Amino acid sequence: MNAPHTQTEGYIGRRMARTEDTRLLTGKGVYVDDVGLPGMLQVAFHRSPIARGRIKTIDLSAAREIPGVYAVLIASDLARYKVDMLSFFLALPTVPVPVLAVDRVTYVGDPIAMVVAQDRYIAEDAAGLIVIEYEEQDPVVTLADAKHGSLVHPRTDSNVAAATGSDEVDEDLEALLAHAPHLVSIDLTHQRIAQSPMEPRGVVAAPQGSGELTVYLSCQGPQLAARWFAQAFGMPATSIRVISKDVGGSFGLKGQPWREEVAVVLAAQLLKRPLKWIEDRLENLTSANQAREQEIRLRVAFDNDGTLLASHADYGINNGAYPQGADSNIAVMMFLWAAHKLPVFGFHARGWYTNTVGLAAYRGPWALESLAREVLLDRAARKLGIDAIELRRRSLITRADQPCTTPMGLQLEDISPAECLDELLRHVDVAAFRVEQAEARKQGRYLGLGVATYIEPTAGSTGIAVLISESAHIRIEPTGKVSAVVSTHSQGHGTQTTMAQVIAERLGVLFEDVTVHEDDSSRGGYGSGAYGSRQAVAGGGACIRAADLLVDKIKLMAAHLLNAKPEEIFLRDSVIHVFGEKEQTVSLRDLADIAYGEPDRLPEGMDAGLEVQYRYRPPPITMTSAAHACIVEVDGDTGFVKIRRWVTSEDCGVMINPAVVEGQIAGGLAQAIGCVLMEEISYDPRGNPTAVTYKDYLLPSISDVPDFEYHHGASAPSKAEGGFRGVGEGGCIIGPPTLVNAIADALSPFGDIPLQLPLTPHKLLEVIEGRSMARPAPTQPKASTPADAPSEKPMSVAEAVVHEPSSALTPVPVVETAGIDGLWKFILSTPMGPQAFTGKLATSGNVVSGSFYFNMDEASFTGTINGNNLKWDLKVTKPMSITLKYDVQIQGDKLVGKVKMGIFGTAKLSGERV
Amino acid sequence: MSTHPIQLTINGRRHDATVEGRLVLSDFLRGDAGYTGVHVGCEHGVCGACTVIVDGLAVRSCLMLAVQADGAAITTVEGLAADDGTLHPVQQTMRDEHGLQCGFCTPGIVMTLAALTGGPNKANSETLLNALSGHICRCTGYQGIRRAALKLAGDAA
Repeated sequence: MNAPHTQTEGYIGRRMARTEDTRLLTGKGVYVDDVGLPGMLQVAFHRSPIARGRIKTIDLSAAREIPGVYAVLIASDLARYKVDMLSFFLALPTVPVPVLAVDRVTYVGDPIAMVVAQDRYIAEDAAGLIVIEYEEQDPVVTLADAKHGSLVHPRTDSNVAAATGSDEVDEDLEALLAHAPHLVSIDLTHQRIAQSPMEPRGVVAAPQGSGELTVYLSCQGPQLAARWFAQAFGMPATSIRVISKDVGGSFGLKGQPWREEVAVVLAAQLLKRPLKWIEDRLENLTSANQAREQEIRLRVAFDNDGTLLASHADYGINNGAYPQGADSNIAVMMFLWAAHKLPVFGFHARGWYTNTVGLAAYRGPWALESLAREVLLDRAARKLGIDAIELRRRSLITRADQPCTTPMGLQLEDISPAECLDELLRHVDVAAFRVEQAEARKQGRYLGLGVATYIEPTAGSTGIAVLISESAHIRIEPTGKVSAVVSTHSQGHGTQTTMAQVIAERLGVLFEDVTVHEDDSSRGGYGSGAYGSRQAVAGGGACIRAADLLVDKIKLMAAHLLNAKPEEIFLRDSVIHVFGEKEQTVSLRDLADIAYGEPDRLPEGMDAGLEVQYRYRPPPITMTSAAHACIVEVDGDTGFVKIRRWVTSEDCGVMINPAVVEGQIAGGLAQAIGCVLMEEISYDPRGNPTAVTYKDYLLPSISDVPDFEYHHGASAPSKAEGGFRGVGEGGCIIGPPTLVNAIADALSPFGDIPLQLPLTPHKLLEVIEGRSMARPAPTQPKASTPADAPSEKPMSVAEAVVHEPSSALTPVPVVETAGIDGLWKFILSTPMGPQAFTGKLATSGNVVSGSFYFNMDEASFTGTINGNNLKWDLKVTKPMSITLKYDVQIQGDKLVGKVKMGIFGTAKLSGERV
Repeated sequence: MSTHPIQLTINGRRHDATVEGRLVLSDFLRGDAGYTGVHVGCEHGVCGACTVIVDGLAVRSCLMLAVQADGAAITTVEGLAADDGTLHPVQQTMRDEHGLQCGFCTPGIVMTLAALTGGPNKANSETLLNALSGHICRCTGYQGIRRAALKLAGDAA
């Protein structure tokens, strides 16, 4: 599998019109709401109007009396089904997630009851007649509330949903920061974002036969959804067929099924009827999982010449009540300084539970790293009196510096942000801009130039079970046409086109002869679909390998039949050519006829048919790099930002279809513009969402987004098959710092801009006019926490500071070491979610030895015993080389402790005797 | 619940129905009449995905009741292409310019552009871009949509 086997040129790299567009432009797409089945009923949810409280009574009688209502269901009706609501990593959540609310509600929009009716109008009528009495409690809404308020979930130690990094002060690092020639620090907050696909979520669930299900789902990949359902329900994956034809955008929101979709699937099984639920926009903006809402304090020490000396990040992210995997976002820390020469870095990252909608993915979930770093570098440049571009050049890792390994253990081979920056500056005349800027300022006009660089990990294939490999099954039908089933999935990505381009070029067939299917979990092998900017790299690689294997077979077969040598055969435009002594051609159809119909004529030992399946695992990470610049004008009278120019310079490797690549970059940048200037999911102090329509949640329109300029002069092929690199998320990562830096540059005569997104006109006008323009504070003082909340323990003021669980440090009675020996079940809270495994402990004197058992794998260790305290080290090599330091207290048949995971900080361990 | 008989023309075909007074035109077109190319994105008139042409004008079908369309001639995105499948100039230009990704907002954008470029008084690019500011596309960053609008107005670069 090396050089192309064919002489057909030009599909890879060609700006082809998309196959999808013909149906989508003529109204013939099939989105989930376009699916109708005989006997299908419609679902509407009744949702909590309060952010936090106990459910006292539920009265469904009025709802049930409405003609046309088929059923009204609450949690107890679905209780017969055991469902594990899994995280994206297919791990059990730390705090169990109910499908419908049980006894208590945890955010405004929490689904409590579902009405099943003959149409949605009636379902909504009935949902409005459900009467629920609550005992309302004070909600925990913001990150500040989470740190000091009541516990969001009973039976938790604190509101910390997940933590990584060190909560202990690193004296050496602090000394470096304190004594450096320059210390630059920023506090930055990123608002909460609604992913806002134009098609909201939706599902049609249809029970089939005995225990089988067909689920039409608006999702990011039918294979991943089917795997999730199978594991969550404990059903065979073959019993669940997920069909997802056209999807109206996702951007992370539809990465996995969640509460409403699961409730509909369960209710369909219970009622034995096909059910449809289509989320409306109000539900989407108030109840669909959201993203971002982060804060970071980033500190960086510089030498006088701009050399980076050390850095520390303190990070928090609002996880809401039921995140799709409790998260402290390790990727923010992994990539904050991954492209820079920085010798020392430490961090403390925490995700917090609150009484808000749970956290989901959103395009570039770790994007805050680029925003914080690039904004800080610009501030540092102003402080140190060094040009901002020059400051970047001094610290960026160049191609010549690689291969190298970052302090976080990331191996770099071919990142190129420095080279992208050089390329960018060939297209942006900074000196000329500075002249224009100075002239404009004299006229009271404020122009600004912002520059940022970034690297993006794409198509990861290690460490995350659901994101390893992708599958392509290509067959040449007896008709001679080519069908491919690929584990990619498009929510606008155009993979039916790009994968067909790859296959057509590698097979040597006409593009029009290739049909790609990716919409049905029952058709092909597992793959995650659209996740982590992986489709071009992992899906494209799978198509190349499969096509090449098929070409090998075609050559052997044709050579045998035509009495030629395999190397004399090639395919072009779906025709098999023999060159050499007697040139001849055979149609692919004629060859396929023999392959399927007359296998006796094939070479000895060759199987009948013309089909191949290949599962491709790309390199562990394929890096994409970029540098962007934008020029803005901020209106001094209104604070409005007008983007005048935006130039991109990207190393995205070999492009399959430049129009699709540009579409991904542009789409991400438009979302970045929304993040920086206008989008904001907000809550009042009682946890009521205050942006519930598109009149309040502002999305960029055509007049907000400029024409983008694309340059790929710094591109180099990746090491993945085909040389592709991912581009799905980049615009959303590099866009925000580029724009924030431009605005900061424009307003630099007035001082620093606030680093609280979005940078609305009123915030910028405050900088320009040097005075507060805040509206009077809302007159809704929060009552103190009621003392009579029965099943939860509100913290007293004295206890209000949240501590890490300290059980491992609490003195406990000495136990006999004989009580240690035996089999144990452990749960380790890793950055990927809780990981469960069993292990054996044995003692001899003050030495403990043991083994952990994973799936057909085993790791052994020895350590020391001191009373009931055990300590041991365990070296692991996956997903990276690291020594795990265990510190465990035995308490009878239970154990608790912590595990130091090097730079990744400390993880909680619990265990019980088997 | 009041019901009302209505008669209207959809994509050149006469359609008779009896509808509830509260039935929204977009739901009627999608559900009762089967034109699922009418997409419902926000149901409050902001996103523009549900735009259809009613008696020659681009209208948000989520903001109109089905009974209000009694006697009207409606064109949905299904009614634009020729019977032989030849795309309408707006559709063809959107395809050529990569003016769509997920395709959910697309029917509305196509109908607005078709309404403004179909009559005898061809709209200029400023009119088209102003009209498009009432459509939300979350995927494309509007790059191909803007190119398509400029091309349709005859102002293509």
